[in-house]
Order: sequence, then C-alpha cells, then structure tokens
Amino acid sequence: MNEFMSKTKVNGTAAPHAQINNGAPMGGALSIKHVSKIYDPEGVNVCAVDDCSMEIAAGEVCMIVGPSGCGKTTLLNAIAGFHSITSGEITLDGDLLCGPGKPKAAQGADRMVVFQNGALFPWKTLVENVAYGPIVQRRMSKPEALEKSYQMLAEAGLGDFGDKYPGEVSSGMARRAEIVRALINEPKVLLLDEPYRAMDALTKSIMHESLLETYDRTKVTIFFITHDLEEAIFLGDKVHVVTTRPCSLKKTIDVTIPRPRTYESLSSENFRHLMAEVNEAVHEEAVKAFQAGERELA
Amino acid sequence: MTSVSSPENSDPVKRQMTAPTGLALLWYRFKTSFATPRPYMMVGGIFLWLFVYWLLCEGLRLDRFDKIPGPLAVAKDMFSPTPFQGISIFTGEYYNHIFVSCRRILIAFTLATGIGVPLGLFMGWSKKVRDYTFPILETLRPIPILAWVPLAILMFPGFEGPVIFLATLASLFVTTLNTMLGVQSIDESYFRAAGCLGSSNWDIFKNVVVPGALPYVFTGLQISIGVAWFSLVAAEMVSGDHGLGYLIVDSYMNNVTVPMVIGMITLGFVGWFTSVIVRMVGNWLMQWHVKALALQGR
Amino acid sequence: MASVAQIDGSTPVVRRRSKLAKFMENPTIWRGLLAIVIFLAVWEVGARFDEWFGKEWTLPFIGLIPPPTAVFNAWLKIIPQAGYWDSWLQSFQRVLTGFGAAMLLGIPFGLALAVNKYFRDVFFPPFEVLRPIPPLAWVPASLIFWPTNEMSIAFVTFLGAFFTIVINVLGGARTIDVRYLRAAQSMGASQWDLFSKIILPGTLPSIFTGAAVGMGITWEVVLAAEMISGGGTQGSGGLGFFIWNSYMGGSLEQVVVGMISIGIAGFLSSSAIRWLGDRLMPWRRLF
Repeated sequence: MNEFMSKTKVNGTAAPHAQINNGAPMGGALSIKHVSKIYDPEGVNVCAVDDCSMEIAAGEVCMIVGPSGCGKTTLLNAIAGFHSITSGEITLDGDLLCGPGKPKAAQGADRMVVFQNGALFPWKTLVENVAYGPIVQRRMSKPEALEKSYQMLAEAGLGDFGDKYPGEVSSGMARRAEIVRALINEPKVLLLDEPYRAMDALTKSIMHESLLETYDRTKVTIFFITHDLEEAIFLGDKVHVVTTRPCSLKKTIDVTIPRPRTYESLSSENFRHLMAEVNEAVHEEAVKAFQAGERELA
Repeated sequence: MTSVSSPENSDPVKRQMTAPTGLALLWYRFKTSFATPRPYMMVGGIFLWLFVYWLLCEGLRLDRFDKIPGPLAVAKDMFSPTPFQGISIFTGEYYNHIFVSCRRILIAFTLATGIGVPLGLFMGWSKKVRDYTFPILETLRPIPILAWVPLAILMFPGFEGPVIFLATLASLFVTTLNTMLGVQSIDESYFRAAGCLGSSNWDIFKNVVVPGALPYVFTGLQISIGVAWFSLVAAEMVSGDHGLGYLIVDSYMNNVTVPMVIGMITLGFVGWFTSVIVRMVGNWLMQWHVKALALQGR
Repeated sequence: MASVAQIDGSTPVVRRRSKLAKFMENPTIWRGLLAIVIFLAVWEVGARFDEWFGKEWTLPFIGLIPPPTAVFNAWLKIIPQAGYWDSWLQSFQRVLTGFGAAMLLGIPFGLALAVNKYFRDVFFPPFEVLRPIPPLAWVPASLIFWPTNEMSIAFVTFLGAFFTIVINVLGGARTIDVRYLRAAQSMGASQWDLFSKIILPGTLPSIFTGAAVGMGITWEVVLAAEMISGGGTQGSGGLGFFIWNSYMGGSLEQVVVGMISIGIAGFLSSSAIRWLGDRLMPWRRLF
C-alpha cells in the first residue's frame, strides 16, 4: 500500500494536473444561510431542513455529521440543484445558487456530486465514464478527453482498469473512479454523500488516504456527508454536527490536527479529544432520531 | 467469481485480466456441467417421456390415445422422402410453411420493436407523454388479441395484412410497457450524475435513458417474440393462408394427424430458436450487463 | 410547489385540501381523461367521415370500423338480453375451470421442481421442450383427443396458464434467500415448517405474478378456442363465440361490444387477483 501511495504521489506532482492549482485559491467558498426545506408527500408536511446556516471557506474540507436520515442529503441536493429549497439562500463564491425568486439551483459542472450508492454509468467503461463530462460539455474532443481520462485514472492508481466496466471492479475502485470522473471537470466544490458508507473499515482507510492525497493535490473544496465520526475528524478541517430531522446546525468543531495527515494521526491524543467532543454532540441527536423511528428520506 | 475459476486462471492477476466473455462462459459451463450426472439424467428424462408417449399411443394403444399419432409414426413420416401424409423435412411445402410464418414474425416483430421501443422510451422519460398515452394503452390492453380478428380482417385486405397486424399489436403492447418500465427503473442518481456532468437532454437520452433501459427492453423483446408467435398461430388458424398455424388446422380439417404434430414440433423449435436469437443480440449489445452478472456467479 | 416566500425561515401554514380536490388537481388524471376523450373523438370522426362527406371519403383502417356512438347504442340494445349475459357466464366458467386446474396442478408441480433436484432433472426437460409450443397449436390435437368440445377447451386453457404459473413458482421458490431458511432451521424448524412457513409464503409473490400473467393468457386462449371450435360445431357459446357470430352476422357494432366486454371481463379477473394478492401478502402493501 505504502509503495502504491508514494508512486501515485510522484505521478501526481509531475502530472499537468498540478497546474489547475497554481498557488492561488481556486474559489469554492460556499455560504448557506437560513435554508429550510419542506417536503409535501401526500399532503403531510415533512420538514427536512430547518433554518440551517453554515459557511464553508474555499479549499476547506467540511464534514457534515448527523444521524441517519436527518436531512443531510437534502442539503446536498439543494446545493447540487437536484431539488428546490423552501426558504433561505445558498451562494457559491458570492454568486446566488438558489434563494429568493430562484428556488432551485441550476445544475453545473462547478459542483460535482459523488453519490451514496455510486453512480458510475454501469454501461460505460471507467475511462468512458471519466471522459463523459468533458465530451458532453464540448470542452475537449473525444480523443483528447479519453487520453486525459486514462492519464487521470493512472494517477489514481487505476491505470490498468480503464477499459473495465464498473461492474467488473471492486467497489473501492469504482468509487475512486467516480471521484476522478468528478475531478476531471475541475469543479469548485466536490459534494460527497456518504461515499464510503458500504465499505469495510480496511477499504475505507485506503479510500481515506487516497482522498486526502487527491485533496492535497487539487485543494478543491469538499462538502462531505457522513455519520462515521472517525472519518469526519480524520478527513475534515471542520466538522459540522447537525441535529436530527429537521436538520439544522448544532455545533461546529475545528479539527486542529495538522496536514498532511497519516494513519498515525488516528492514535494521537488530540484525535481522541476531538472524537469525544463530536461524539457528545452527535450522540444526543442519534438517540432522538432512533426514538422517532422515522423511515429515512430518500 | 466461483463460476470462472479454472486451474489455468488461478493466478489472481491473470484471473482479473481474463474476464469471461459470454461465449467463453457458455463453453465453461457446458464443460463443467458434463462432469455432473445432471445432463445424463436430463437426457434420460426426455427419453423416459418419449417412451411413455410411445407406450400410450403405440405400445398399448389405449382408448383415445390411439387417435394421436405416436412418436414412431411421426418420426417415420417426418424423415421420409415420400411421406405418407404429405409433410416431411424433404418436402418443399414444409419449408414454405416455415418461411411464411417466419417472414410474418419478422415483419411484425420489426414493426412492433420499431414503434414500441421509441414510444416506451419517451413514455418512461417524459411524464407528460406517459400521462397522455398510458391510459389509452391500458384501455386497449385487456382486450385479447384474438378479439381483434374480425376488425383486422375488415381493416386490412388480403391474408397477410390481418395476420401481421394481430402479431404486431400483441408484441407492441409488451415491448412498449417493458421499455417504459425499463426507463422508470433507472436509478435517479444516474440522471443526476449526468445532469451534474453538464449533459444536454439529448445527451441524457443517448447515454442514460437508452442504455439504462436496455436490460428491460430485451426482457420485453423476449416476451414479445413469444407473444408474437402465440398471436400469429392463432391468427393463421382463424384466417390464414399458409404458415405453421395454418398447417396444423388444415391437417386437422383434412383428418391427417401426423403433419399436425410435425407442425407443433416445428413451431416449438422455431419459437425457441427466435427467442434465443433475441437473447444473443441482447447479450451482445449489453456486454457490461453480462460481465457484471457473470462476476456475481449468475 | 413550495415558494421561497418565507425568507425569515418560519414554517409555512399547512394547507389541508380535500381528497377530491387533490385528485382533481393531479395533472395525470385530467391528462388521462383528455387522452381518452381525444381517442374516442378521433375514432368517432374518422369512422363517420364517409357518412358526412360521401363514400369516396372513407378513411383507410379507421373508416371501416363502426363509430363509438353506434357501438354504445348497440350495447344498450343488447344489455337486457339474457343471451349476452349467458356468454359472459360461459366464458367465465371456462376461464375459471382452466385457470383453477392450472393453479391446482401448477403450484405443487412448480414447488416440487424447486425443492427436489431429482424431480427437476426428470420433469423439467420435457416441460421446457413443450413450453415454446403456443397453446393454440394444441387446439386441433386436443379436439381429437378429448371426447367433448368443452373438455378440449378446458385442456387448452389449462395448458396456457399452467406453463406460466409453473415457471413463476419455480423462479420464485428458487430465489428465496437462503438466510431465511437457515434462520428458521437454527430456530428448530422441521422440514414441514420450512416448507409451510418459509418456502410457501416466500413464493407467494411469484405465484401471484404468475397468476396475473396466466389469467391474461387464459382469456386469450378461451376466446380463441371459442372462436375456432364454436365457428363450426354445435353452439358452444361464450364471448368469443359472441364476437365470431356477430361478425358472421355482419353486425360490426356487436363485434366491438364483444371486444369491450371481454376487455372488461379480463380486467375484472386480473383486478380480483391483485385484490387477493394484497389480502394474502400484507407485508408487501408497504412498497
């Protein structure tokens, strides 16, 4: 594993990908102000998000932690433009995404989503999946896009698997390819919705290292939803704990562990303190969510 | 993975590289199955039933069974250059019936697929199109195809028109509804991912709707060709001229029972063969689906 | 559609609307109704074109069939007649006989195929050989074999539903999650318990899928058999015969009445199966 990591790192710095981040901040500051979302299924109003506000600086890794089914995904969907919000506003680098008079954000390649259950097109090979974005956006010709995709897959350690279908590779590889598919579009924000939910702890830790490595390379803003506290602290600059449904901000915790982080950071004193702090905040909400016993929102 | 692990593939890397293609998998299953008693029992089973058939009709000549031609009588006529009752594999008339039926099926199936698949795709994709067309389809669908015979005879002149109309109508319903279901079965996150990546509507149609619905479309086409044969035989029996259904009913009218049984056997074989062709075309178009299924050991 | 008016973040007032109002507001409902009205209007106008503009204006296909209003009038005339309802009764009897026999034999046969490997090896191949033969191809052979017309219709009807039901039962029973069986075994279930408490309820959804498809095929076959055998021999009755007879008698309106009647009959039968399925499988109503 170590060998592999160092190899990709060397490739990473040598690759032209580095030019995306030429020192200057890329943008990607996300501001969520007083956002509420009320679903109306069958006439029974369900309030998924209630007056939720948070500020995410450009280039920050922001982790959203909360009990299952609390409405975190609703928030992500609002940012991505998959559905409307009821009130409040969301801005990206000062530009209004959605807010008064514009309930639903336009979908765009500046915000890339990595989905809970994975959404690589199973009918396209990994490289076709990665090349899809640049091709449909008419940013690159097909051969250019394919070449670039092979190159980026190789950087992510998937060089030999470019011509495989997603159904033929492990879920970890598929997820990594999905992140590559998002990054090739040079997004300002990467929105990840519990991407490692179904993975075992060992695979998860490999995925974490790989994501951190990618982050160090691109410094893209990351909006990461999870209910795994260890994951939240290990990856994040800030951990936002949200309440159970309706979802609103409960507490923000700054993660003071220096970067680059390695697996050893997990055993540090600081890590354990932070863990206890987050746990305290989230446990109460988890109990409330469990007792409510509601079925998770889609 | 269990189904593709043979000794020469024991090296894990090599095993990854030689992912099973449809044909290799078929051959592998074929080989392994002969190491078990199953195929011998199956062949034995078929001969057992042939023997029972012979015993009832020719051996014991039980009452009523003696009216049905036994296996020996059928085989003798079927493989004789000078058949006693007029039809054998050496007579041109036999092939003429097959040819006529197959041509009708080909026309009907092509028409039904050509209309049904696009219609189903649009019905599944656009709620508006579905809202306007689905009720009409659902109103007409419970009417059995045979009930259309008189109207078909009226609306289309000649022998070919009504027969082809009935077979087309029957498979049209199946193809359209299955295609529609196929589009509706596509996971929402594929549409969202495609939207995120900057697809136009046409891109989504080409890259998500069509390939995503394909497995259902081919399931539908398999059922649809069976239904087409069903209706074709019925139509040929009621209002036909030539064709296998006509052969069966015509033999019955003329009190020659052997060609009747030959017609039934041929129908079963040709019907089975056409559905195999549909399945093979489907597998060829959906390599991603076949490979994913193969790795799940199915 | 929720608006973004409440910028102060207050919860909007919950508006309760009556069920009927909601139903009528649903665009799917009025679009569907509109579609059917347009369909009927096109049919009516198309069929009456020649009446209004003269014979040379007879439209192809649609101009040759009776318009819906004429069909409706013919229907009104026929409703009080006992013969019409006799046809319904006879067709229903045939469908129930064939379908019932297919269920009665098909479910145990399918379960046996699923449960016992040797049974499957011996019985499945001939079953697979016979399955692709369309049920109607059996009509003449069955007319020869069975002593009465009624029995041969019942036999062909039975065949039509039988294959579908068996295939569905087999598929359903074989896809039952092994974990359920193991869980039951670890709790000390006997063989019979496994069968009656796990395999049977686990197969129930597939049984009902098979029954729904089989019911459709049964109606097709009954109708065809009535049309083929009733055409020549002694009056066998039924809706299929009703259609054929009306056609022979030149009353096209009655043909269409027959088509609609049999459509309704088929729809009622499959609704009954769906209703029964919901009753017997309460755990599936959630989804």
